Amino acid sequence: MNMDIGPIVSTLRRHRTTAWLLVLEVALTCAIVCNAVFLIGQRLDRVNMPSGVAEQEVVQIQLGDLASGEDRYARARGDLALLRRVPGVQSVALSRSVPFGGSGDNSSLRTDPAQRQPIVNAATYFSENLPRTLGTRLVAGRELGPDDYVNADVVLKALNGGGSEGLPTVTVVTRALAERLWPGQEPLGRMVYLTDRVGLRVVGVLDTLVRPNAYRDATAQYAMIVPLYMGADKDESYLLRTRPQDRQHVLKAAVAALRKADPQRVVTHKRTFDEVRQEFFRSDREMASTLLGVCIALLTVTALGIAGLASFWVAQRRRTIGVRRALGATRRNILNYFQTENFLLATIGIALGMVLAYAINLFLMLHYELPRLPAIYFPVGAITLWLIGQLAVLGPALRAAAVPPVVATRSV
Amino acid sequence: MFGYYLDLALRSLKRNRALTALMVLAIALGIGASMTTLTVLHVLSGDPLPGRSAQLYYPQIDPRDNGGLMPGKDPPGQMTLIDGRNLLHARRANRQALMTGGSVPVQPDLAAIDPFYVEAFYTTTDFFPMFDVPFQYGNGWTAADDEGKARDVVIGRDLNNRLFGGKDSVGRELRLAGTSYRIVGVLDDWRPAPHFYDLNVGVYARAEEVFLPLETALELGLSRNGSNDCWGNGAGGLGSTLPSDTCVWLQFWVQLDGSAKVAAYRDFLVHYSQQQRTLGRFQRAPNVRLPSLMQWLDYNQVVPGDVRLQTGLAFGFLLVCLVNTVGLMLAKFMRRAGELGVRRALGASRRAVFEQLLIESGVIGLVGGIGGLLLALLGLWVVRHRAESYAGLAQLDPQMLLTTFLLAISATLVAGLLPAWRACQVAPALQLKSN
Repeated sequence: MNMDIGPIVSTLRRHRTTAWLLVLEVALTCAIVCNAVFLIGQRLDRVNMPSGVAEQEVVQIQLGDLASGEDRYARARGDLALLRRVPGVQSVALSRSVPFGGSGDNSSLRTDPAQRQPIVNAATYFSENLPRTLGTRLVAGRELGPDDYVNADVVLKALNGGGSEGLPTVTVVTRALAERLWPGQEPLGRMVYLTDRVGLRVVGVLDTLVRPNAYRDATAQYAMIVPLYMGADKDESYLLRTRPQDRQHVLKAAVAALRKADPQRVVTHKRTFDEVRQEFFRSDREMASTLLGVCIALLTVTALGIAGLASFWVAQRRRTIGVRRALGATRRNILNYFQTENFLLATIGIALGMVLAYAINLFLMLHYELPRLPAIYFPVGAITLWLIGQLAVLGPALRAAAVPPVVATRSV
Repeated sequence: MFGYYLDLALRSLKRNRALTALMVLAIALGIGASMTTLTVLHVLSGDPLPGRSAQLYYPQIDPRDNGGLMPGKDPPGQMTLIDGRNLLHARRANRQALMTGGSVPVQPDLAAIDPFYVEAFYTTTDFFPMFDVPFQYGNGWTAADDEGKARDVVIGRDLNNRLFGGKDSVGRELRLAGTSYRIVGVLDDWRPAPHFYDLNVGVYARAEEVFLPLETALELGLSRNGSNDCWGNGAGGLGSTLPSDTCVWLQFWVQLDGSAKVAAYRDFLVHYSQQQRTLGRFQRAPNVRLPSLMQWLDYNQVVPGDVRLQTGLAFGFLLVCLVNTVGLMLAKFMRRAGELGVRRALGASRRAVFEQLLIESGVIGLVGGIGGLLLALLGLWVVRHRAESYAGLAQLDPQMLLTTFLLAISATLVAGLLPAWRACQVAPALQLKSN
């Protein structure tokens, strides 16, 4: 498009308002689409957040008793033994919370009981046999063993009575949590304090284990496992590990076995881990699809707007085009004219749009905990809008190029 | 004249069908998107108890120890059981209620219905009159029932429909978690949005289906839902072992009629904190808040950030659609400069031409507005089928319907102003000459 832009600029000067409106539309579209696409990317990142769980192989069952009364610990032992015997079950865990399950327990952690401010808040899994069942990799130290475990009731009694005997003494933490508590240091053997009386020694480090309430990306991997037997309860979940193809079958068989042992129980959850993740991120996926819809609608409206305006200009300038053709301009020249005109307007719009995109991003960073818009969005956004502008103007420009020179000789 | 201009407008719009359709579509999309999000925002940030909310307050006191003390920081958002009971029994407000959420298994008598879990709420007698809860049958329980840990229950309309076919079930028995309760009341439809009285069980959660006296539920160790924050060596509780006195897990609401009463209650809370400090229970200087219901919702930022974001996005979209329409209309009007020149030369005043063009843009606005309304209804239908807890609330009310229409018409009229004004600046002689 190596042509003189002088005539284009002087023509646009005569349609100054319309030209500026087009620039404004491109600028707004560019700014909104850049930020919306960025938001979509953020959401998709979130949806794919690592869990540390062998997600294809885990299922969850949660049930509630109709009346409390029976010994919760005996009940749990019985259930676990029964579930282990279900064909296809490789491992069984009992846990008070489930990764991505939404609700869970949290503790404020200190590395020294005298610290005034806790260092970090971490998800606390009260569970048995959790890493093995979930497939979470241990990267250092050892797993929690039966000797580490104590009954939760004993702990509550001790804490409420002001004593400290019978409390758990060890824990397993995620690598991310260890790095946050002791940056750059060896975590094994160190003490972490939940209260000034409850100090736990780190005996193992897990590769990744996401928290149940992973609402913020930065703190999503801060989790630890505390060796407490919780007993059966409506808030406890049985997690079963099996082969991917056996999941549905195992779920059905396990629920049947539990029901058979005691028909007076209500199953409140019965799902694969895939479903757990799906449900946890549903609103993020919905938000991403809304944003995508808005982007498509915006680009379509803008493209149609550009095409509509170009059509007008072509129709308005039919005579001028005819004269130019009669004076020797080729079809190609006419085509280029409109394409260059569009390119010029789009460029100004994109430049303005970038500034606006940056401003919107600053505003969002202030109010929505968003990171800065990566620089890559600027060239990609520019190219997208240039392409859309050129596509939109192509039809009218071709029509302009098809204007025969003879038009010049006709009056009106 | 209006009829003639309308006729001219329709003729002009018909001449360029594709373009007219494009302008109408742009307006409709913009209006539809902004009305959908605005309606959701309006519903979600609404007053859950209109006419009543101004008298309702949420007392906050600070029973925490000095660990992690940061001066000026807000007190916890919930109460310990001991403070809740103390404030409840002090009866310094016109009405007061202590409460927390939970869930219980329902064991229907009918063999045809399997037992199932429902959300439950454990509270005290004033809850019902204080929040103006509508009853279909019967009433709430009395203060004596609270004291006596009565096995009384109030059930929701849906549960009554499910178990008793919607008949008056007051006086009948209901088995919950292995215990038999007497039904004393059946609620009518009640879904305050937000679920202001306990934001921990879901900000836009439905109202519970089972209401039990708090002390009864605590005695029987019914399962508790919601949030529980402990400090020091406090332990959270399990089953019938309640959370320790260093845990906040209950909500406490009061009704205060008049500003004198509010000031007096604030003083009472300060006084109570001082007294507890003297007794050695509280360690911090009195740190008291007494937000009204709407202030409490504001403080908790109940409206989801995504909803605000979507509203902003939709208005950005509307702006693009309007700029688009202004541009197209301007181009169109300018192209008709010749025709307008003739009309001016034949004696039409500038004002008359302006009116004519404005009517043309008004027609686009009207049709676009109707289209936008239909799209907004479609948009709300989509929102209602989403997984969000507030999905069911997304309904268009008459107020928003009117807003939609005014927005559509005024937006396009404003959009029509600039092109119409520009077009009627045309000097008639010049236009006639050039042709």
